[in-house]
Amino acid sequence: MIAIVEYGVGNLFSLLSSFAALGIEVEVTAEKAVLSRASHIILPGVGAFGDAAALLRENGLDAFIKDSAAEGKPLLGICLGMQMLFEESHEFGIHRGLGLLKGQILPIAPKIPPSYKIPHIGWNPLSIKKESPLFANIKDGDAVYFVHSFYAECQREDLLATAEYGAELTAAVASGNVYGCQFHPEKSGEVGLNILKGFAAL
Amino acid sequence: MITKRIIPCLDVKNGRVVKGTNFQNLNDVSSPVELGEYYSAEGADELVFYDITASYEERALFTDILKEVARRVFIPLTVGGGINTVADFDRVLHCGADKVSVNSGAIRNPSLIEDAAKKYGSQCVVLSADIKRVGGEYHVFAKGGREDTGMEALAWIKRCVDMGAGEVVVNSIDTDGVKGGFDLPLLSAVCDLVRVPVIASGGAGCAGDFLTLFREVPTIDAGLAASVFHFGEVNIKELKQMLAQNGILMRV
Repeated sequence: MIAIVEYGVGNLFSLLSSFAALGIEVEVTAEKAVLSRASHIILPGVGAFGDAAALLRENGLDAFIKDSAAEGKPLLGICLGMQMLFEESHEFGIHRGLGLLKGQILPIAPKIPPSYKIPHIGWNPLSIKKESPLFANIKDGDAVYFVHSFYAECQREDLLATAEYGAELTAAVASGNVYGCQFHPEKSGEVGLNILKGFAAL
Repeated sequence: MITKRIIPCLDVKNGRVVKGTNFQNLNDVSSPVELGEYYSAEGADELVFYDITASYEERALFTDILKEVARRVFIPLTVGGGINTVADFDRVLHCGADKVSVNSGAIRNPSLIEDAAKKYGSQCVVLSADIKRVGGEYHVFAKGGREDTGMEALAWIKRCVDMGAGEVVVNSIDTDGVKGGFDLPLLSAVCDLVRVPVIASGGAGCAGDFLTLFREVPTIDAGLAASVFHFGEVNIKELKQMLAQNGILMRV
């Protein structure tokens, strides 16, 4: 069973529906007992980093997720959930993340030419930088759906894929059993479902 | 590079998809769930789901239909119509919507945009503006295009983006339902004005109108239409192939 962490942010309905379409058992939960039982954990998220990180801490889930990841349980952060895997974010002040991945969350705007729009919204092809089980069922150049104004400045060795948007923006990352997607696999059609399938097969 | 988006709009009344010429004379076309699935399979990049009479008759959204669409369709879903409070955002976001578009609700209470952007992020808040030329000016219309607010449209759009709207749907009442092409001068003016994505709406009559749109307004992000898709006059798969062959970046 895959557990989706419920902590008061995000569109969990589509994520749940995606796994239902794949025939994979999932549970949305904030219960540590359920998270413990799960074979995989997904950290979703939409909204502002500071609020989301605070909610996660309030529930004591931050330390728990870090422990689960340390035990080797596959963890996938999606969108803001991916950003929260990093050390810190500069979205409306400086906020501490989980620190499972080295790097920072920074605004896209200063990194790209002014002719590019913010937020980065839409379907953008993935440029795969490193083979990964996440990509077992998709190919380089497949487009996925992005919606974000901040990006992850990560370590070169953790970079799985980028998307070209006036700069090479981090699209997917991994370090050991910790994975992250900036894009929304649950909103990326067939390609997205195949990425979730790849994660579930870990 | 990011692709241009093709977005069918599902205007819904009493659980059915409708499309009216100049917003009047609505006629039933099909089931929103079936149409949504069909469009997704054809390669639609996103679906917009408007309860077009909600702001007029103050009705709540058909969230059960929305849920059913979101259960079967895995592309972004924008919901609009009758969004007046942050609680309305909450309601539709929990049913599978990714973005929420505000129109009359923001005109009545502009701080709705600010409050929603603060709570859900700008990427979640779409400003939808119904615009018509009145005495040489662009005016914003409310209540599904029925009421002239007297507000100048470009100033209104700028203000809403400054307050946190992350995307703008520009619907030209002048070209809507006429099928003579998109309102290129209005769309260019909006694209020059704001740095958030802009979606063109109103006026698509044939596939060529989309090519003209993306060529003449290269900074436009998406083309939205309803009747040309619903009545089968333009097939989304063929449209996207044609655009790609003409050098427009598409997800095909």
